[in-house]
Amino acid sequence: MSDIGLIGITKTYTRGAAPAVRDVSLTVADGEFFVLLGPSGCGKTTLLRAIAGLEHPDAGTIRLGDRDVTGSAPRQRDLAMVFQGYAVFPHLTVYDNIGFGLSMRHEPRAEIDARVREAAGLVQLDDVLERYPSALSGGQRQRVAVARAIAVRPSVLLMDEPLSNLDALLRLTFRSDLKRLAKELNTTIVYVTHDQVEALSLGDRIAVMRDGEIVQCGTPMEVYDRPATRFVGGFIGTPPMNFLPVTISRDAGRAVGHLGEHAIRVPDWVSGDTVLAGIRAENLAASTTEVPDAMLVRVRVVEPLGSQLLVTVAVGSEILKLLTPNDFPAADDQRLWMTVADDKVRWFSAEDERELTAERATSAV
Amino acid sequence: MRRVLGYAAAALLAGWILVPIWFVVVGAFSSVARIYDYPRPPVPDWSLETMTFFVTSAGVPQALLSSVLVAVITGVLTMLLAAPAGYAVARHVFRGADAYRLTILSTRAFPVVVLSIPLAVFFLQWGVYDSVWGVAFMHTALALPFVVLMVSTVFAGVPVDLEEAAQVFGCSRFTAFRRVVVPIAAPGIAGAATFAVLLSYNEVFAASILTLQEPTLPVFVLSGLTQAPLPFRYAGALFLLAPAFLFILLIRKQILGVGGRPTLR
Repeated sequence: MSDIGLIGITKTYTRGAAPAVRDVSLTVADGEFFVLLGPSGCGKTTLLRAIAGLEHPDAGTIRLGDRDVTGSAPRQRDLAMVFQGYAVFPHLTVYDNIGFGLSMRHEPRAEIDARVREAAGLVQLDDVLERYPSALSGGQRQRVAVARAIAVRPSVLLMDEPLSNLDALLRLTFRSDLKRLAKELNTTIVYVTHDQVEALSLGDRIAVMRDGEIVQCGTPMEVYDRPATRFVGGFIGTPPMNFLPVTISRDAGRAVGHLGEHAIRVPDWVSGDTVLAGIRAENLAASTTEVPDAMLVRVRVVEPLGSQLLVTVAVGSEILKLLTPNDFPAADDQRLWMTVADDKVRWFSAEDERELTAERATSAV
Repeated sequence: MRRVLGYAAAALLAGWILVPIWFVVVGAFSSVARIYDYPRPPVPDWSLETMTFFVTSAGVPQALLSSVLVAVITGVLTMLLAAPAGYAVARHVFRGADAYRLTILSTRAFPVVVLSIPLAVFFLQWGVYDSVWGVAFMHTALALPFVVLMVSTVFAGVPVDLEEAAQVFGCSRFTAFRRVVVPIAAPGIAGAATFAVLLSYNEVFAASILTLQEPTLPVFVLSGLTQAPLPFRYAGALFLLAPAFLFILLIRKQILGVGGRPTLR
């Protein structure tokens, strides 16, 4: 077990092109389940491969525990990795695959045997130890990859989209299995994914990446409730956060927001003439009967999600998504009265799309 | 209808190749007297007389030994050169990789005659003229372009992440190559080596220019062809054909795999 420290990591693949990772610094605590989340091409895999030693950063240092491993080969870093395509060795049996790392370390035979069986047991592979990977299902191969990684008892476990090649149902099962396994192992884990649901459900902390940089780093609830930028709000959550442009007029120091002809309550510390209001779908309530102070909206589409209805509505020229109970009587083109949970609204600058906070407002003054 | 025509064409093509080969087999495994029978018997009487006659003819054992030696040396040299080259072409993006690939192929742009005569001069100076080494060098040069391409396809078929996984789990680049890439690529590599060996064993032109007293088997058979009696020709032909057939039977899968091998996963 060890913590991880990255300082100023930069990596450019093609000279002249934008760097894949740009000056990224972060620390992962000992035993933490840390998720790197972002769309494809955001640099999350490059960062993971740099930690693994499969990629050498152009600048920056990498520390594992108290060792500076920036220039070391992967095998000198005491870590293990689960690859996206599993990378299970086709010429070795499941047993030899799981024991590969241990036999490279020249562990005694009895020790290898005990640890292979223990790792196989943790991922329910006991019955297929003598088989070759070609005789396994995709889910089984994935578990071989996981067992191979945990058998070496690494101080750091890296995972590169380990669930992305599984079908939806298996993915759900594996996600919870993986979380339980992580608790049992108590190893530092860095997990790369583009799936925000995976990130929210697995991570102790999430770093959201975009264009080679970390946009926000925090607990799942922090990045969900308080997205640092419009990008984060739009990337995390199903459906994504709604963003509405609000113009602000001031009346004796009190701010009043206008969304088309509708008025919307704005905290007084919000500065600027135009801001973006970020509202999660679950913080919008709809009613088929008139409600005082509600916005009148028109239904565009109703999508049943089973437990809830996802209703897309139009407010003037703006489009919003909101969630209602599944027995809510919504139909296309119907008029609804929509109310906003004021205290749940997040405010973003219209210029740089970063979140506006009371602290930032006062520090700017 | 289309299917029928397709099969008919395939049968015609197969017959065009197989019928002469069958006559060679019939001749080679018939007693000497029977070879001169007319009409030709369609099946052999499995007499070893003809084959024995050929193998014990003056010059044949030495020529056969030369051929085998040349083929083996060619196979070893070719693989020593082609394996690293093919691996480099398959794995590494380096400046001029495409040019390198073209250069490898361009060695085949020169006709063998054009290469053989200056080579004969060089080999005379180096003292390898009329030896198995000289012929093996030439055959290596002939086989190399194809074999490099074959080997690079084989290596390209080994997923990179397997090598990376090996490195993460304790291998150096070299041990990752030895413990993971080589075992997975082995059948394809064997196929490529076989190709080099067969190309050398059957090559006649360069070998005939580069040898005088120490001909390889094809050269020896060819040089005596007009004067040699029928049994000698049949048995000689079979000797030249047989290795290719045996190897193709053994490694059919690998040969078909080269070029479009399904990924290993």
